[in-house]
Amino acid sequence: MPNLAIQLTDINKNFGSVCANKNVSLTVESGTIHGIVGENGAGKSTLMCVLYGFYHADSGSIAVQEKPIVIRSAHDAIQAGIGMVHQHFMLVDTFTVLENVVLGTESGISLKESLRASAEELKRLEQEYHLEVDINATINTLPVGLQQRVEILKALYRGAEILILDEPTGVLTPQEADHLFRILDELREQGKTVILITHKLREIMAITDYVSVMRQGEMVANRKTSETNREELAELMVGRKVLLRVDKAPAKPGRTVLSVEHLDFKDKSGVNRVKDVSFEVHAGEIVGIAGVSGNGQSELLDTITGINPLQSGKIKINDQTITSDSSVDAAAMRRFGMAHVPEDRQRMGLVTSFAASENIILGYHKDPSYNGLIEMNNDAIYKSCSEQMEHFDVRPGNPYLRVSLFSGGNQQKMVVAREMERNPELLVVGQPTRGVDIGAIEFIHRQIIAMRDADKAVLLVSVELDEIMSLSDRILVMFDGQIMGEVMAKDANESEIGLLMAGVHTEAA
Amino acid sequence: MSERQVNDLVVTLVTVTNLLVAFFISGLVVWALGEDPWFALETMLYGAFGYDEGLGYTLYYTTNFIFTGLAFAIGFHCGLFNIGAEGQAYIGGLAVGLICLWLEDWSLLIVFPLAVLASIIFGGIWGAIPGYLKARHGSHEVVTTIMFNFIASVIMVYLLSHILRPPQEMSPESRDFAEKVWVPQMHEIFDWFGLEITQTPLNGTFFFALICLYLVWRFVWHTRWGYELRTVGTNESAAVYAGINVSKNIIIAMIICGGLSGFVGINEIMGSSHRIMLNFQAGIGFTGIAVSLIGRNHPLGVLLAALLFGILYQGGAELSFEVQTIDRHMVVLIQGLVILFAGALENLFRPQIEQFVKLVVLRTT
Repeated sequence: MPNLAIQLTDINKNFGSVCANKNVSLTVESGTIHGIVGENGAGKSTLMCVLYGFYHADSGSIAVQEKPIVIRSAHDAIQAGIGMVHQHFMLVDTFTVLENVVLGTESGISLKESLRASAEELKRLEQEYHLEVDINATINTLPVGLQQRVEILKALYRGAEILILDEPTGVLTPQEADHLFRILDELREQGKTVILITHKLREIMAITDYVSVMRQGEMVANRKTSETNREELAELMVGRKVLLRVDKAPAKPGRTVLSVEHLDFKDKSGVNRVKDVSFEVHAGEIVGIAGVSGNGQSELLDTITGINPLQSGKIKINDQTITSDSSVDAAAMRRFGMAHVPEDRQRMGLVTSFAASENIILGYHKDPSYNGLIEMNNDAIYKSCSEQMEHFDVRPGNPYLRVSLFSGGNQQKMVVAREMERNPELLVVGQPTRGVDIGAIEFIHRQIIAMRDADKAVLLVSVELDEIMSLSDRILVMFDGQIMGEVMAKDANESEIGLLMAGVHTEAA
Repeated sequence: MSERQVNDLVVTLVTVTNLLVAFFISGLVVWALGEDPWFALETMLYGAFGYDEGLGYTLYYTTNFIFTGLAFAIGFHCGLFNIGAEGQAYIGGLAVGLICLWLEDWSLLIVFPLAVLASIIFGGIWGAIPGYLKARHGSHEVVTTIMFNFIASVIMVYLLSHILRPPQEMSPESRDFAEKVWVPQMHEIFDWFGLEITQTPLNGTFFFALICLYLVWRFVWHTRWGYELRTVGTNESAAVYAGINVSKNIIIAMIICGGLSGFVGINEIMGSSHRIMLNFQAGIGFTGIAVSLIGRNHPLGVLLAALLFGILYQGGAELSFEVQTIDRHMVVLIQGLVILFAGALENLFRPQIEQFVKLVVLRTT
């Protein structure tokens, strides 16, 4: 019988009338990487918060290293050897790595003395687990991948034997994610236990030993990773069969809807983020822009959609020509026939404290059909919102509900609904399925393809290479603000695109 | 109960609890001074409501607080912390006074709308300049509006002592307006209907304030302009994404703030003093911040909070008059405690109240 790191038995947790965890039991063996998958709102995070002491379970018991314990706070959890790496890092940006790691565990009167002792311990940890970071670097100068490493170090420094990682790859580039997996491997070698919460099945298959699947607050399956596959896990998560591959007919490109010529963009600090980018998007095709996050895609997207002013170059959309002299904003772009699903729905695409009906008019609030002479036509807005919610299967279909109360997938469906229902000539989509559950991904993908088949032009930007490859007809790869190359999707292979994403020209390779 | 109703209930209970705590502590202070807190409360309430003169004064103060409360609320919905209502009221009031001096032979039916317009223009400009500086240059509105309060004050002192003061007068005030352009006082209005009430400074502007409450409510929540304003105030990136002109909305919000603040001048100058005086707006602009925050920046809340402060002003004056050991500083203390608990510490009891409401709701459903 192997040693058990964690035993959770019959955990129940209710929030008001909502049952977030229902009789959930989980057993994690020592020295393994154990994945927990489930759609958004399946109760994964709640369960981990119970384990880490953020929430107190209504009933159920917890045993750590086979000893029953009561965890009332994060402090208790840390005492029991549990460490957590949150999705959003808990670091002080202006402190150094060392200061962040020591924070809260300082001893003695002199901070300097305390830091010196800690520095040695920290260096030992770095070497032991191959987690090299410059301990004197300030956090805000470090890339996200290294910041995450600091979080892991912080947990280890506090003596964690069991590490919980909540959606750790959400903010990482593919390379950084790969690196993280090597670190996790290393931790496992050293006998640590890792619990990995994610909704990405590829990660589960790549790294875990065991996997538990949650659905609607319940634990629905426990599998040995080697004895299962993505299709089975997806089905368990959603509760029905899902198509992971997108079926689509060959594209029939028509007239040019969007053409971008020699577009450049410098950010506020004068760094050239987009360099001489030119391309065209035709009616009836999906053009995907692939690339590691932060290589100018966001800036390109914001410039095309009128959020950033056009600095140099030319954009032609339908019959309108835009140069750096013309002052166009996002509203003008919409008038020219463009719809835009932004990369970050909570920051840009929605006002989460507003009701659904108020979000469904965002950007179209001046539309005559929504307005009377002075006041807005609430009946028309309500009706339009109900219709869109029905067409796009947004749940719950209540237009008066605040958007922050909807799940990520349903929020995204609302944005997609708003932008597609207008029947635009050109749809610009950024990260259409970021933080969205599998059921909604499938739905949104089908909608995007339906747009294309209705002879509309679609420009798709995503850092999920899978998504780009399965949806696009033509793929452009961006690296360091430039377009490195163009590939027809039907001839594309992952390694070729991967090289372009890393900035290697195919001719040279 | 829907999520929204539960939320409204929690908000109401939180506000009421905070006010009760503020009054409880005020009561302790009264008790420590050797007076009977119940008697003090009784005196205050009697002073504010007990007879028609007291009620008149209460509603007269309330009128002022409605204007400055709304002025702060509009800015707040656009993400602004406008503490310049004081100066905006001062300059708006100047405009009201100038119109009255200039057009004193005209009928009130023409002068009143013109005074409203002049107040919007002057107060609006006084608000628009900090708005412009914020929108175009990022100057923080808290700093610039404070500065503009001082500038307004200096301008008014100069105008009143050098230009508007009649030559033979000693005090820095303008001459009295002709009676034709006075806003009718409440006892006059009641008189039209054959009802008799005591003369107080309460005048027809009170009804104008109620209209403003209604209009602000319709504007903020039922028009596309109010929608744009709230979007800018809640999520600026989303506003840019929606093609909403952020700068324009900030300036418009500040103009509305200034206009509403300026209406204090209608109540004070056109309705009560009938001449332009120094510091007629003293403190009203700042109290408006507390009124708006306690009223949750909603017109209905602003009305209730303005009434509360009206009661504190009038009832407090009565209290210091009746009880010798309690002077007017006691009233300032009570107001301070109300602002402390209902404004600054508003979330002190919130977790407990939320839990309580949830328990009750679960029980009943």
